[in-house]
Amino acid sequence: MRSPHRTDDPADRTTGFVRLSDLPPGVLRDIALVWAADLVVGVSFGAIAVAGGLPLWVPVTMSLLVYAGSAQFSAAAVLTGGGGAVAAAATGLLLNSRTAAFSLAVADSLGRSWAARLIGAHLITDETAAFVLAQPDRRSRKAAFWISGIGLFAVWNVSVLAGALAGSALGDTGRFGLDAAFPAVLLALVLPAVRDDGNARRAGALGAVVAVAATPVLPAGAPVLLALVGLVAMRRRPVRGRGAEGAAAAATTAEGPEPAEAPAPANTPASPGTPS
Amino acid sequence: MNAYLACVLALAAGTYVFRLAGPLLHGRVELTVRVQELLTVGATVLLVALLATGALMEGQDFAGWSRPAGVLVGGVLAWRRAPFAVVVVGAAGATALLRLAGLS
Repeated sequence: MRSPHRTDDPADRTTGFVRLSDLPPGVLRDIALVWAADLVVGVSFGAIAVAGGLPLWVPVTMSLLVYAGSAQFSAAAVLTGGGGAVAAAATGLLLNSRTAAFSLAVADSLGRSWAARLIGAHLITDETAAFVLAQPDRRSRKAAFWISGIGLFAVWNVSVLAGALAGSALGDTGRFGLDAAFPAVLLALVLPAVRDDGNARRAGALGAVVAVAATPVLPAGAPVLLALVGLVAMRRRPVRGRGAEGAAAAATTAEGPEPAEAPAPANTPASPGTPS
Repeated sequence: MNAYLACVLALAAGTYVFRLAGPLLHGRVELTVRVQELLTVGATVLLVALLATGALMEGQDFAGWSRPAGVLVGGVLAWRRAPFAVVVVGAAGATALLRLAGLS
């Protein structure tokens, strides 16, 4: 953060450690607010799990090792509902299979070393992916990933422990409307992407309709994956000249490989530095 | 082995494998711009589907009107670029108030 370390060449900045100053203005505040929001979610997860009859170590260990909010909620719900360990694990895995898609989308932002990749992989969540995809360039994406990821891991585990210790002290969490907090968090996170990208908007809308319609008839987790059929609503970018993949790449390049103004998540993983 | 522990370990191991997909495969599989765009939009689609089902459904049933109404309040606040904490408190608060008023 001191001036001697500063350089104007983005290539130099992607190799070293992440700095707070790598984040665009306001992003750290947004990240901190997500920490605060997930703190509430974590406390309620710990409390709900213990109040539902699970031993304290179950939500705590799950948060450390699984570290995925919605999967933890659904797995704990199956366990407390008497669905059994196999069903609980399968439900959670089905929900978490989407992290493979997030993982591919944010892989560039973890860093080059194996330690960074192996540790960073555990920190890939809906929230970190959303923060990464909302950043305009490679350097700020890496900073957003590590700063939001490490902080979120700490906040999540401490808050789940606190919630589990508090146990049933919260009473009926539905009374406080906390169940509306998690979808609202996701909505606020995804809004920049759907605001600026027509393809994401069309595909997301169709996918959401499919997922909601399928929820009463499919096992938990499957509807969200089925939502990917919404991708058929995407329209190809206007392509000039030849067809085929090369022209598609050229069309995207013509739009600008790194949109500097508005964050356009459709293009973010396709950074020009990617070896191909 | 304790059934709870088996569940947690299986879920943890499988989830970590999913998370390793990107770091392990990236650079070894060549992704076209088109595929990368599909992956990015796909992630957005999953998030939207997750929030839609989370807002509307409880298990396999309709969650009642209070929750989606609260999420909608949060969405309007977010659209108007309200601070994130305001979005969360607004969503939870609206849902809590509607339930207090007797809405399911």
